[in-house]
Amino acid sequence: MKTAPAVASARGTLAVRIENLCRHYRMGETVIRAVDGVSVEIRAGEFVALLGSSGSGKSSVLNLIAGLDRPTSGSVVVQDRDLAKLSREDLAKYRLHVVGMVFQSFNLIASMTLAENVELPLRFAEVDRSQRGNLAREALEHVGLRARMNHRPSELSGGEQQRAALARALINRPQLLLADEPTGNLDSHTGTEIMNMVREFNHELGMTVVMVTHERALAERYAQRMIFLADGKLIDDRTNSDRINNDRANAAAAADPREPGGRP
Amino acid sequence: MKISDLTELALRNLRESVLRNSLTTVGISVGVASLVAMLSLGTGLQQLLSQRLAKSGLFDTVFVSSRRDLRGGMGREEERKGPTPGESRVLDEPARQEMERLPNVSEAYPDIRFATELRYEDKPHLTMISALPLSAKSNDAFDGMQGNFFSSDTGAEVILQKSFAEELLGKTPPLGAAEPNVAELAKPLLGKELTMRYAQRQAAPSTQPSLREKDTSVADDGVESAAYSVVSREQKLRIVGVSDLDPETMRGPTRAKVFLPLGLAESLHIMQPTDLREISRAATDQPVYSSVSVRVKNPAQVQAVEDAIKKMGFNTFSILDASNSLRQVFRVLYAFLGIFGSLALTVASIGIVNTLVMAILERRREIGIMKAIGASDGDIKKLFFAEAGAMGILGGIVGVVLGWAIGQIINFGTNIWLKSQSLPTEHFWVVPLWLVVFSIVFAFFVSLVSGLYPAARAARLDPVQALRYE
Repeated sequence: MKTAPAVASARGTLAVRIENLCRHYRMGETVIRAVDGVSVEIRAGEFVALLGSSGSGKSSVLNLIAGLDRPTSGSVVVQDRDLAKLSREDLAKYRLHVVGMVFQSFNLIASMTLAENVELPLRFAEVDRSQRGNLAREALEHVGLRARMNHRPSELSGGEQQRAALARALINRPQLLLADEPTGNLDSHTGTEIMNMVREFNHELGMTVVMVTHERALAERYAQRMIFLADGKLIDDRTNSDRINNDRANAAAAADPREPGGRP
Repeated sequence: MKISDLTELALRNLRESVLRNSLTTVGISVGVASLVAMLSLGTGLQQLLSQRLAKSGLFDTVFVSSRRDLRGGMGREEERKGPTPGESRVLDEPARQEMERLPNVSEAYPDIRFATELRYEDKPHLTMISALPLSAKSNDAFDGMQGNFFSSDTGAEVILQKSFAEELLGKTPPLGAAEPNVAELAKPLLGKELTMRYAQRQAAPSTQPSLREKDTSVADDGVESAAYSVVSREQKLRIVGVSDLDPETMRGPTRAKVFLPLGLAESLHIMQPTDLREISRAATDQPVYSSVSVRVKNPAQVQAVEDAIKKMGFNTFSILDASNSLRQVFRVLYAFLGIFGSLALTVASIGIVNTLVMAILERRREIGIMKAIGASDGDIKKLFFAEAGAMGILGGIVGVVLGWAIGQIINFGTNIWLKSQSLPTEHFWVVPLWLVVFSIVFAFFVSLVSGLYPAARAARLDPVQALRYE
């Protein structure tokens, strides 16, 4: 597998196709159907929210799309790759080059500085040291953390840590950004800040975004499409007209800077 | 991941829990130190022994004996294949000359060796006497000698070994006491005269001696009878030297303590045990030797010369044979020392396994993160290998230094003791370069093997589970 192209494939083509996806866990005698026959298609450049209460299977679906887990049956096809059929090695390459991930608990490595955390995927991709430094600086610049690149995660606020995690997710220029409750550990102000960045990636870099959340309001505000899960089954899949209207308003605001409520 | 990145990450991880990893590394160091200690003791002892053998000046000498000498029957290959002792060749003057003409031989001289009585200040002393060629002067054993070596090959002179000098002076020290200084022993003796009594062999005038040539066939009907008489004689000898070391260390109980010049000894026609054996077989008053020493120009040629002499029909023995079997003994000793030395390293390697398994538990989440952002199983595996290897190399280097230091201390200690016993100092503990390299490589290898299980376990970790873990 070659390094992913810098910009995602053309908008509107199929990015992720999930077909009759099942993920069952065995807990002693009982079988838990975390994901139970989900079929969904996600187009390139879409911003999709996976909604549901805890235990609904939304995180399991995200892990399956991320290639962190393998389905019990069914398939996840990302850009013509059937993840279930990839070897462990190829799945790691897929995670490295195609997917960027952010988590609720940031998941930065505590013993490394921000710059080291951000450039870690480049080490796995065997990118030269000199290039790595530049790319990491650039990515941190993008999220406004250039000045703090030599700090350790524990020296930063939650919002800053999540921004660093976004920079790390961005560094390999993935086509697919997967976010698991990205604002779950943040106050509403910093949460908004993070979500605006995610939306910016979606808009400007054309990244397909799949976000897991249990906050409907957040989904309504940012996602173009909302998929509802309960007990591992898909119960609703709707286009978010509010968000689309918002986008139109934002576009107008961008055209006329005096209009209030413009894009921050 | 690139090697440089792996090394960097591994060292960073080792620094993160510095106490635990240092303790594990110290464990490896102790293991390597014990290995180095054991093997360098083995090397030191071997070198010490080889040096001693080399000092004896006998490395370039082949001892030749007749196969007729039944005492030497050791059932060796060539003895079983060759002619029976009765048929085999006599070790006589023509045979000696033939050996001297062999390529790479500098000289071949008979071993004249007999027990007899020496009188000094009218007191008799029974001792073993042997004859030395002038070339023996270069033997290291005469390095610390008081007085001089023989002035000529036929001079009526004698050199005493220190212990015999003690006996003449009545100064034999009790066992275990410090040996007296050789210079003090020599002072009253040098230039003094000794009287040697010996048995001289004289051809009996009644029979014509017939010189036998190479033909050793005994199926000879016309056996000529030969006879000689044995006469007791005396010879005055002047003491010219007292040697500190023992030139015949290798000889064991038959070693001589008094030495005559070879030419003189030959001219005296001293009766030897072999004469009696040969008279029953052949009529000759030509000397027959019990053994001949053949000096080879270069120790590397010893084997070739030995083979040539064996072809002539004689038994040979050289230090080469002895050092071959000695080397075998040392190989076994080495293996044993190595096994004992490795035991500590084995224990240390279990320490590595323990440390790394602990590290997996601690860094579970970190491994999960790495996998989530694109690390392959191989990357994680290599990272743990790199950590194990780094501990191995560090432990190896520290261990070699530690082992070397222990050796120096022991050398120092034993030499203090040796000095207090007024014995010459020795180097028991030798750490050769190959041992340094071998120990570090071995420690590295053992560490990698110890890393196998933890690395595989870390690589197999399920990222979803690992990320859930707090």
